Amino acid sequence: MTPMDTAVQLVPEGPEIPLVAPARRRRREWVSTAKTAWALRRSKIGVILFVVILGIAVFGPFVAPYSPTEFVGKTFEMPNSVARLGTDNLGRDVLTRVLYGGRTVFTLSLTATVVGMALGIVLGMFAAYSRRVVDEVVMRLLDVLMAFPMIVFVLLIVSAVGTKPYLIALAVAVASAPRIARVARGATLEIVGRDFILASEALGVPKWRIMLTELFPNITSPMFVEFGLRLAYSIGTIAALSFLGFGLQPPAADWGLMINENRIGIVIQPYAVAVPVLMIALLTIAVSLMADGLARAIIGIDRKTGVE
Amino acid sequence: MSEVVLTVKGLRVELESTGADIDDEVDFTIRSGEVLGLVGESASGKTTAATALLVHERRGAVVSRGEIVVSGKDVLGLSTAELRKVRGGLISYVPQDPSMSLNPALRIGTQLMEILEVHAFGASKEEREERVRQMMAEVLLPGDKTFLRRYPHQLSGGQQQRVAVAMAFACRPALIVLDEPTTGLDVTTQAHVLKTVRDLTHTYGVAALYVTHDLAVVANLADRIAVMYAGRLVEVGPRDTLFAGASHPYTRRLLASVPDLSGRHALRGIPGRAPLPGRRPVGCSFADRCDFTTDKCVEAFPPYEGPSDEHRVRCWRWQEVGAMSTAADFVPRSASATTRDGEAPVVTTRGVTAFYGPHEVLHGIDIDVRAGRCLALVGESGSGKTTLARCIAGIHPGTIAGGIRLRGHDLKRDSRRRPKPDRQAIQYIFQSPYGSLNPRCSIAQILSPPLRTFFRLSRAETERRMVEALEMVSLDESLLSVYPDQLSGGERQRVAIARALVAKPSVLICDEVTSSLDVSVQASIVELLVQLIDETGVAMLFVTHHLPLVRSLAQDVVVMNEGVIVEVGSVAAVLADPQAEYTRNLLADTPDVDRRGL
Amino acid sequence: MPLTRLILWRIFLGIVTLFLVSVVVFFATNALPGDPATAILGPRATPQKLAELRLQLGLDRPVVARYGTWIGNFATGDFGQSLAGMNQPVSTVIGRRLYNSALLVILAALVSVPLSMGIGTYTALKRDTKLDGGVTIVTLTLSALPEFVVGIAVILLFSTQLFHWLPPISRLDPYQPITQQLSVFVLPVLTLTLAVLPYIVRMMRASTIEVLESEYISMARLKGVPESLVMRRHAVPNAVVPAIQGTAMQLAWLAGGIVVVEYLFAYPGIGSALVDAVANRDYPVIQALCLIMASVYVFLNLAADILTILITPRLRTGLR
Repeated sequence: MTPMDTAVQLVPEGPEIPLVAPARRRRREWVSTAKTAWALRRSKIGVILFVVILGIAVFGPFVAPYSPTEFVGKTFEMPNSVARLGTDNLGRDVLTRVLYGGRTVFTLSLTATVVGMALGIVLGMFAAYSRRVVDEVVMRLLDVLMAFPMIVFVLLIVSAVGTKPYLIALAVAVASAPRIARVARGATLEIVGRDFILASEALGVPKWRIMLTELFPNITSPMFVEFGLRLAYSIGTIAALSFLGFGLQPPAADWGLMINENRIGIVIQPYAVAVPVLMIALLTIAVSLMADGLARAIIGIDRKTGVE
Repeated sequence: MSEVVLTVKGLRVELESTGADIDDEVDFTIRSGEVLGLVGESASGKTTAATALLVHERRGAVVSRGEIVVSGKDVLGLSTAELRKVRGGLISYVPQDPSMSLNPALRIGTQLMEILEVHAFGASKEEREERVRQMMAEVLLPGDKTFLRRYPHQLSGGQQQRVAVAMAFACRPALIVLDEPTTGLDVTTQAHVLKTVRDLTHTYGVAALYVTHDLAVVANLADRIAVMYAGRLVEVGPRDTLFAGASHPYTRRLLASVPDLSGRHALRGIPGRAPLPGRRPVGCSFADRCDFTTDKCVEAFPPYEGPSDEHRVRCWRWQEVGAMSTAADFVPRSASATTRDGEAPVVTTRGVTAFYGPHEVLHGIDIDVRAGRCLALVGESGSGKTTLARCIAGIHPGTIAGGIRLRGHDLKRDSRRRPKPDRQAIQYIFQSPYGSLNPRCSIAQILSPPLRTFFRLSRAETERRMVEALEMVSLDESLLSVYPDQLSGGERQRVAIARALVAKPSVLICDEVTSSLDVSVQASIVELLVQLIDETGVAMLFVTHHLPLVRSLAQDVVVMNEGVIVEVGSVAAVLADPQAEYTRNLLADTPDVDRRGL
Repeated sequence: MPLTRLILWRIFLGIVTLFLVSVVVFFATNALPGDPATAILGPRATPQKLAELRLQLGLDRPVVARYGTWIGNFATGDFGQSLAGMNQPVSTVIGRRLYNSALLVILAALVSVPLSMGIGTYTALKRDTKLDGGVTIVTLTLSALPEFVVGIAVILLFSTQLFHWLPPISRLDPYQPITQQLSVFVLPVLTLTLAVLPYIVRMMRASTIEVLESEYISMARLKGVPESLVMRRHAVPNAVVPAIQGTAMQLAWLAGGIVVVEYLFAYPGIGSALVDAVANRDYPVIQALCLIMASVYVFLNLAADILTILITPRLRTGLR
């Protein structure tokens, strides 16, 4: 039954557009986003780098030639047949310690980022959807926390509660949360003003349900990108903390700590510093490349679906 | 006859990346002192063709073929330096949205002086300042220092547009391109800007190209009209000839979908969708939507010919089409819609006063919305019409005083605090279907929340009700699994209507539901709404700023201005003999198509 | 006068933020789990020693009262006594270092801000060319790297076998004029510049592109305004405004960046002082330094806010 049927018919009427079934199939959005992202060279490089370094961190200990605390030569020896990458400040094998030293960076930074994201998204969405006064107050308070540079804030917490690994992860999470909240709030604000939120409110759908089913699905794209960026920062901050001597304590093998221990010998044996630095550098670059590729893919897709 | 200022021949604009045609085979001329109205729906390529005259293409587009001659100058062959002199000097431009097109960081005086300076107009600073004052006077704006020292944001929309018009006429150009300059302005302001443009073009003997999507606007302004469809000019001819009997089927259908104040006809939409750049057929682009299509139309691109040099048509069957009476294009209004009388009102408001923060935006409003009838709520922006609609729907965020009743019982202010039957009874349809549908939800996920909220239904029953609602809005049930971004604007608005219908409401509030749609789509949505009232007997509150639209579907009308009701009555009575001065002015300022020969 | 009121309001908010910052600093070092006295003296300290220290720190009084005394002293310039070394006043410990750090940060800002704004604007103009693509990849990579990684890369490049040009550590000789020790600054300033540069470049590029795509730029071109004037009068002034806030954030970030960079180059500033203080649990110094570093952010943010208001007509005229 078309609206035309009530009137005198001059020409047969169809629906507004002839239906083309295949083009209108339900699409799996994540698959298409991932495909678009994968098509970019930068994301491929990022993923490959990430997998390689993750592999080193996870499987490294199984293939390491020595124990990480074993003395294999004199201090600061250049690479030789016994120690392929030379020895460190105490005469331990650099290669072995590199192979052992990645796990903590991965676990701590991932934990910190996941916890930080959860806190930040909840706070940001809550502030944006509460609107006006609550929004203003929450964001002002978060602004107070953001006044501290990340590393300073983490140092402040560490000085108070100590340098246990889980506390470091938590400190980094708390330091990232306000920054994430700001992004989540911005993304949510773009959505709360749209009429479909009002439509749900008019139906009487509870606020928490609107947040969960209407708001959250619409901010997942930017939040995924934010996750990538935050992961890169967390890796940097946690490695920097080890480098400053507030992360894992000797004799543990950890990339950041290795840089700190061996930098006095940088002129005689650069490998003991350069290799862990390279690992951290490649890891952060890999994560950023993936995040950037994803961001570009999402922008491309959003441009297609964009509001006019 | 006056001299030809602009000649465009075989113009083609394409996307650099894919070579897809935005415009092709565009031919027209404009004489001095003449206004040519270039009319087309969205994505027809009208703006691209217009800005190409200034050799300005949007990013990624390029003029790949054709000839543009302005006062004997081949514009496309100019060097950068020569082109700079031509822009703003020989050819000037009035933008669509002056609030975006005036530099927010510069005073308007500076911006006006700038165009004179870069074109070395006048011998001295004093002469240029004198010219600025003169132009300001001609566009009826104050030309004193204080006004010229203002920044664009300190001007109203109408004033901004007049500054842009003054700027365009400043260096006495031969050709002026106006790109939908009154879109977004209220009718009163629009009428003033249109009058200014008309007077100035005639006084200075300027050739003007007026781009618009609104046939009614050019009906009073243009000497000739060019109709654009899918990147092609389908018909160019003298205004009166076109309105009396166009020779291209698209022009005729377009005219039939424009609402007019006489309201003698039901609106008819055009089914289908215009082909996008890159997907345009070899033959006639309108072939798949046309009533006159033959095999030839599909196979071969139609020639550009017509009864005279002044009137040309791109259609194989223009002679037959032109010879047909225009009466065939129109459908008389069905009698039921205009005579049916309602019983007791479903929704009443008594002394409703509403606030936005501390500001009172509605002052004591009384209206009655009756079953089986449509009440149109008409007003310009800021009249409070949407606020009133939202108060009734329970989604106004500010304070409300006074009584809003549904079938005699008082409604709570906030929809969340209303009992379920009240929420179900009143359904609201939003202005833009681009914002009112969650892009992350499929159509099924959009239609199911009302069913889940108001009725306890089985899965199968939910599905059945959703399909039923889609049928009521003429959409196929296969769309249930589709996402909004896969639908056209008109289809999206139908989905939004279906979402309201699944709740089986007794009151339907439509807030400017057609204002973001093209006229041909607007017409089909109006047809749909008229049919819904007839079939379901729902009470409708239709909010709009567009008076002619009121005629096509409402029986009763409330005219609002600045938060108060200025006139109430039946549509026929109010439009024929308006009592309030405000309504009279509004009617006078509303551009209307004059259907000659009917 | 709405403009004055707007600015006064911003200043008031800045003061409120500063007050809350001081609360965070104080309570983080006093009220979080963990006893400062035990933390300072270590687990093997005798109960008597602990009790003495607690008394010295005033830990027997309620937290709120201690905050009152602390913030009161702070306001009068008394930052307390350092707990490490010779129990000097905190102001003596950090005074000279504050000056050194300010010098470093200002030098880095003077190099990085004009350079990165220039690069950002230029790449926006050359959008989608090879050069633009190259700069984008470089800034993306650089922005991913933690500052100590950049610093070490810089050292490996300029101070080891490759080129032995510059000192790997930057000890300032307090008895010599700064002008004779400029080589000391090269590597830290380079590191900080490389750390800040990518953000400002990207921001400036984005805001310039946005402005260039705006309708008023098209309008200026369609008026026949020469391209150089379009850039100078219409594009750049509008593109700089959104970049101001971001630049302020980055300069504030420098206040944190010096922690790692000063430590790496052994430069005697407040950054390396903070690392020492945290290692020594020297709470009065930690409190003072954290407060100073956070104030830099609050101050720069406020300055950027006010500057934005002053150069944006829409905000300045306060209408609509």
